[in-house]
Amino acid sequence: MNTRAIRAVIRKDLKVVTQSKGVMIPLIIVPVMLLVAMPALTALLPMFTDTSSFRLTELDAFIEQMPAGLQAELAGYDELQRIVALVVIYEFAPMYLMVPLMVASVIAADSFAGEKERKTLEALIYTPTTDQELFVAKLLSAWLPAMAVALIGFVLYGVTANVAAWPIMGRLFFPHVMWLVLVTWVAPAVAGLGLSTMVLVSARAQTFQEAYQIGGAIVLPMLLLVVGQATGVMYFSTGLVFVLGLALWAVDVALIRLGRRAFQRETVLIQL
Amino acid sequence: MPTISISNVRKAFGDVQALDGISFEVNSGEVFGLLGHNGAGKTTTVRLLNGVLFPSHGQARVLGLDPTTDGPALRRRTGVLTETPSLDERLTARDNLLIYADLYDVPPSKLGRRVDEMLEQFELTDRADDKVGAYSKGMKQRLALARALLHRPEILFLDEPTAGLDPVVARQVHDLITRLSRREGRTVLLCTHNLVEAQQLCDRVAVLEHGRLVALGAPDELARGLVHRLPVEFEVAPDETAAALAALQTLDTNALARRDGRLTAQLDRDAIPVTVEVLLQAGVHIYRVNPQQPTLEDVYFTLHRKENGV
Ligand SMILES: Nc1ncnc2c1ncn2[C@@H]1O[C@H](COP(=O)(O)OP(=O)(O)OP(=O)(O)O)[C@@H](O)[C@H]1O
Ligand SMILES: [Mg+2]
Repeated sequence: MNTRAIRAVIRKDLKVVTQSKGVMIPLIIVPVMLLVAMPALTALLPMFTDTSSFRLTELDAFIEQMPAGLQAELAGYDELQRIVALVVIYEFAPMYLMVPLMVASVIAADSFAGEKERKTLEALIYTPTTDQELFVAKLLSAWLPAMAVALIGFVLYGVTANVAAWPIMGRLFFPHVMWLVLVTWVAPAVAGLGLSTMVLVSARAQTFQEAYQIGGAIVLPMLLLVVGQATGVMYFSTGLVFVLGLALWAVDVALIRLGRRAFQRETVLIQL
Repeated sequence: MPTISISNVRKAFGDVQALDGISFEVNSGEVFGLLGHNGAGKTTTVRLLNGVLFPSHGQARVLGLDPTTDGPALRRRTGVLTETPSLDERLTARDNLLIYADLYDVPPSKLGRRVDEMLEQFELTDRADDKVGAYSKGMKQRLALARALLHRPEILFLDEPTAGLDPVVARQVHDLITRLSRREGRTVLLCTHNLVEAQQLCDRVAVLEHGRLVALGAPDELARGLVHRLPVEFEVAPDETAAALAALQTLDTNALARRDGRLTAQLDRDAIPVTVEVLLQAGVHIYRVNPQQPTLEDVYFTLHRKENGV
C-alpha cells in the first residue's frame, strides 16, 4: 500500500468537500441540532414545564415495561432526574447514530459520484495508484471525518447534557457505559454502512445529488431504531448496542466487498 | 527496443469495436502522431497503453512493461494529458499540483521547488493560489500540462492538447512538445485532429479509421506514397487564360481559372510534362508551373475517400 498516495487522495477529497456549501451546511447543522440543541432542550425543559401530573404516570408506565436491569438503573433517580436520564442516555442514543451515518454518506457521495460529476476521476485513474489504494483512500476520505465528527459530537453531547442538566441532576451522569460501546463500536460501523451504500449507489449515479438522494434512503432503517426506541418496541442497552454493532459490521463487510468488486479502473472509466 | 509496441490489439465496448487489430511501434524520443476522426479509437489506444483499460485481444508493451499487469509501475513513468483537463476546480493550481506530486511520488525534498518550477514554466505563478474554477480554458490546459509533466515522465501522452486553444497558446504547446522531444529526449504520443499540427510536430504518424490502422509513416513519406493527384498552379499570359483553360479541360484535370493568368489543375505528378506540352501546343505562354506539396490533410482525405469507397 502506497500510503503517501492514499493520504494525498484523502487530503484532496477533504479539501474539495470543505469548499462546497451544499455539503458543509448539513455537515455542521445536523450534528449541532442533534447533539447540542436536543440534549440542552431536554435537560432544560422539565424545569419550565409542569411535570407533576399525567406525564409522570405515563413515564412510570413506560418504565415499568422496561427490562429489569434498566429499571434498576433508573431507580436511583427521582422523577425529574429519571426523565432526563432516560431521554439523554437511552432515547437519544439511536439519534446519535444518525450523525456518523449522515457525515459518511454525504462525503462518500461527494467523493465517488461528485468526482464523476466534476470529471476529475480520469486524472486520478491515470495515477500510479492501484485500484485497491484508490478504493481504500476513498473509503477513508468519508470514514475518517465521520468518525471525527462522531467523537467531537459525543464530547459536545456529554458536556451539553451534564451542564444543562446540572440543576436537576446535581452530578455528572454522562457518559454511560452503553455510550462508550455506541461511540467506539457502533458509530464506526454505522459510518461504514453510510459510505458503503454510497459506494454502491455512486457506481450508477452520475451526480452528487442523484447519489445523495438515492443513498439517503439508508437513514430509513436508522429511523426505525429511533422510532422503535421511542415507542418502547425495543430498549437500547449495552448488550443490544453491542449486538447491533456486530450486525452492522457484518453488513459493512458484505457491502464493501461488493463495492470493491465494482471499483475497477476499467469499469469506473467506462462508466464516466 | 521500441518504447511503445502494440500488436494486433482489439478492444470492444459492447457491440462497438473501438479498436480492431492495430499494431505499431514508437521509438524512444520520437513524436508520434495518432490521427483519426471522432471515434476512431485514439483515446482508447492511450488508455490501453497506460493500463487503465484492458485489451480484448492482443498485447502491448510500454517501457518494457505490460500495461495489463504492471499498470501502476508503468504509470509512474508516463504522463497523460486527458481530453478534458480533469482538474479539481474547487482547489487552487498549487494544491492541484501538490496533491498530484504526492500521487506521482515526486521526491518530497524536491516537491516545493518542482511545483514552483512548473507554475513558472507554464506562466501560472501569479494565479497559483486562485481556484482553478476561475481559470480560462487556456490556463486550465497549461495547468493540466504542468500536472502531466510534474514527475518528469519518460513518455508523454497528449490527447488533443491544443483543441480549443487560441493560436498563441497553441504555439506555446507546440514549442513545448518540440522542446520535450528534441532537447530532453522524451517520447511523445500525440492524438490530434489538427493535421497541420501533426505535420509540423510528428516524426511519424498513424492514421486510424474505425479502429483500424490505415496508414503509418513519416508525414512526407505518406504524402508522396499516397497522394498522387496534386493541385498544380499554372501562371500564363493573362489574355491567354481562356485558351489555357480550354486546353486543360481537354484533359481530365478539374481545371479552374482563378483569375487572369492563374489556373489550377489536379494532376498526377507523371502527367505534368504532358500537360505542359498540351498548353504549349495551344499556343499558351507559360511563366510558371508550381505543383503543391501534398500535405497530411491530402493524405487524410485520400485515405478517407478510399475507406469509404468514394
Ligand atoms: N466508455 C465507452 N463506452 C462505450 N463505447 C466507448 C467508450 N469509450 C469509447 N467508446 C467507443 O469507442 C470508439 C472509439 O472511441 P475513442 O474515444 O477511442 O475515439 P477517439 O479517436 O478518441 O475520438 P475523439 O476524436 O472523438 O476523441 C467510439 O466508437 C466510442 O463510441
Ligand atoms: Mg478521444
